Amino acid sequence: MSVTGLGPVSARRRRIDQAMRGLLLAGTVIALIPLVLIIYYLLLKGLGQWTGSFFSSDPTGSFFGSPGGIRSAIFGSLEIVGLGMVIAIPIGIGVALYLTEYGRESWFGNLVRYFVDVMTGVPSIMFGLFIYIVLVLGHVGGAFTGWKASVALALLMLPIVVRSAEVVLLLVPSSLREAALALGAPRWRVVTRVVLPTALPGLVTGSLLAVARGMGETAPLLFTTAGALALTGNLGAQMNALPLQIYNDILSPRTALQNRAWGAALTLVAIVLIVNILARAVSRRSRMA
Amino acid sequence: MEATSVPGGRSVLERSPAARLPDQALKWGLTGLAALILVLLAYFFVRLIGQSHNVFSRFGLSFVFGNDWDVSRDIYHGAPLVVGTLITSAIALVIGVPVAVASAVFINELCPRRVRAPLSMLVDLLAAVPSVVYGLWGVFVLIPKLLPAEKWFASTFSFIPFIGGGTVTGPNYFIAGLILAIMILPIVSAISREVIATVPSEHKEAALALGATRWEMIRMAVLPYARPGITGGAMLGLGRALGETIAVVLVIGDAPVIGHNLFNQGYSLAAVIANEFGEAQGLHSSALFAAGLVLFVLTLIVNIIARRFVTRGERGHAGTGATGMTIAPAGEGG
Repeated sequence: MSVTGLGPVSARRRRIDQAMRGLLLAGTVIALIPLVLIIYYLLLKGLGQWTGSFFSSDPTGSFFGSPGGIRSAIFGSLEIVGLGMVIAIPIGIGVALYLTEYGRESWFGNLVRYFVDVMTGVPSIMFGLFIYIVLVLGHVGGAFTGWKASVALALLMLPIVVRSAEVVLLLVPSSLREAALALGAPRWRVVTRVVLPTALPGLVTGSLLAVARGMGETAPLLFTTAGALALTGNLGAQMNALPLQIYNDILSPRTALQNRAWGAALTLVAIVLIVNILARAVSRRSRMA
Repeated sequence: MEATSVPGGRSVLERSPAARLPDQALKWGLTGLAALILVLLAYFFVRLIGQSHNVFSRFGLSFVFGNDWDVSRDIYHGAPLVVGTLITSAIALVIGVPVAVASAVFINELCPRRVRAPLSMLVDLLAAVPSVVYGLWGVFVLIPKLLPAEKWFASTFSFIPFIGGGTVTGPNYFIAGLILAIMILPIVSAISREVIATVPSEHKEAALALGATRWEMIRMAVLPYARPGITGGAMLGLGRALGETIAVVLVIGDAPVIGHNLFNQGYSLAAVIANEFGEAQGLHSSALFAAGLVLFVLTLIVNIIARRFVTRGERGHAGTGATGMTIAPAGEGG
């Protein structure tokens, strides 16, 4: 203990400080290395696959000759996730509305909030398994179908939509709600005309992030739609999807198919990134307004 | 105000029963939706138990602790799966958490303010990469590129049990753990950043005013305060790692045995379901559902403990709002 007051920091302490700062910087750099490597390899091996016919032809499935492209996978993914969105977003926002408008402090509200939290931690494969047990084994409208994959993805997206929507709805000032109620508006009008429009950009952002998450999931699709080759608009039939296509191509021993997996992976990452960027753009605009 | 009542005996200020209907409908409709979530979860749990009942009545607890998973003899003792799941998740934590916390501390406390947001965004981007893409990268890049290094490591440190010695296979526990480490990095880092941001600047300024260096300030003011939240974040990461399927099934080797060391093939609970369910029938498929049940319970417990830590970490001190949200989609942001 020196009593000289504000003396310089001892050399030993300064060295430790420098070393630890260096270590923390190194940790950050290490954290970024996988990202750089993954993007590098995706571009290196995937970009060459991106030809016109890659996007305009379906996988042929034959072991010889041209392996075909990924058209049915792209459209299948969009259809499956699209229907999943249609299911998950209204229900998710509805549950969030319940939590903010009616169940803020009630025991039931807290219980639902808790289990929604728990649901965010349930592995994606479990949702696939659930739909498999209930809808596929139960032969509800056929065995493997596209819409069952949508339901599985909807379950996966639901807690994400609820949690993000709840936070946004809580940000709507109570004074707005009270003003509308004081003017004689019934509760449902307050919700539809005041709360929802005010929170709209935030709701869109949360929903888009959930969609981006659902887009890349493979495990739930494996148990519900099982894949196909041809392009189909029929959600009641087996469908192809990008993650499934990639998974199957990785397992194939044929180099041409493995190469197609890289091209498809680059496509999938690009789609997920675009949705993410859209989500961010929407939330940025709302902050300026 | 007698004159202001309408036929039916109610005040004009009151809404007619018909006008009140939409309000009631909205309230109970929304409550119904909320209840639906609880019902679905409960129903799933019941159905899963029903489906796996066969296996548990046949093998009992040895389904979890017995070491013999042989489809051809219809014997399902799942210890290789449980062990594989635990080993790979442990590797993921050991590699992933220090890196994630270091990056969180650096981003919050050391780096220039201008690069803070871009850096966080880059780390978050890892969460936007789908797991099948991690699997693809693992199979065709990580496994071949790391094999020589793993062989060198295993022979150089062959005296350490469980690490060195035996054979080194291409797909193995270590590769699976490494990929999982990368996958949990964004969520652990995001939650750590969130918690570290709640450390009151008074604490940090006090430490600096007493003459602490930056690192001493981090060690004495920031980390102790943020510890519960960071622990919770790590546990949420663990929950992710336990349940990750597609990336693991591609790089763990899918051999239903307990590997003798880090660089041996193995299996995991999630991987066995994804890999074998296609040809499973009867008792076999029931065994896969049982594996799902074990996984479900395991992740549930881990997540419940994690929530405790995170809420304590964020709400325990002075309450900082926006608690749950930061956890839910933080990992998905990017």
